[in-house]
Amino acid sequence: MKTKKKHWYDYLWIWSIVYFALGFFNILFAWLGMIDFLLPIMLAVFGGNKFFCNHLCGRGQLYCKLGGDFKCSRNKPTPKWIASKWFRYGFLIFFLTMFGNIVFQTFLVASGAENLREAIKLFWTFRIPWGWTYSGSMFPDWAAQFSFGFYSLMLTSLLIGLIVMIFFKPRTWCAFCPMGTMTQAICKLRNRVK
Amino acid sequence: MASKRFAAVDKTICVACGACEKACPLGAIKVHKGCFAKVSEDKCVGCGKCEKVCPANSIIMKGRENI
Repeated sequence: MKTKKKHWYDYLWIWSIVYFALGFFNILFAWLGMIDFLLPIMLAVFGGNKFFCNHLCGRGQLYCKLGGDFKCSRNKPTPKWIASKWFRYGFLIFFLTMFGNIVFQTFLVASGAENLREAIKLFWTFRIPWGWTYSGSMFPDWAAQFSFGFYSLMLTSLLIGLIVMIFFKPRTWCAFCPMGTMTQAICKLRNRVK
Repeated sequence: MASKRFAAVDKTICVACGACEKACPLGAIKVHKGCFAKVSEDKCVGCGKCEKVCPANSIIMKGRENI
């Protein structure tokens, strides 16, 4: 059987690891995650496709590697409710609300109403001191506040993805990934598919 | 000769993630315009790899009717 040709973008799972590693050294690197946020939306809006999910998503590839190649997944079917419309859209709304909260916190720090908090929050609940990754920079404090918030969101979603990977299929996260839901909705609107 | 089985996608629950596209050894399944996965029924040999990786359980193997 012929083997599939490897592309440069088949190695983007490395990027996913590098991103989370960088956050342990300097939190400002968290801004790089905005690429993973904006690129899928741009590809969906202007290209009308899910090229990002299908080929460029480092996280999806990482789950494939760990769950598939390294057999860290039970490979059981994803429960139906996880892939259901109401859960997917509900999770998307929850996620966007939490993102809005991060932006609001950033605004509060920018306006001087709050001080910068050098901590990350996992699962929107557990506060973990993360101060060693920041000790002032040429950028304003709000840029760091956004970094701490955004990195928390990225790390939390990575962990949720890893948990569902272990219990169900490697890419179960993709079934309710907010970016995936959003880009699919955009594509359906663009291509007028019900 | 066509295979006995082929992959069928439930478009209403497919999340268009592309996991099946990566798993397919023949390139017989592709995400169509970011909306859902589409199977080339003449290329599909019904191996079931896509069914195994699909995170939304949207793929099932169906028997071909007239061979």
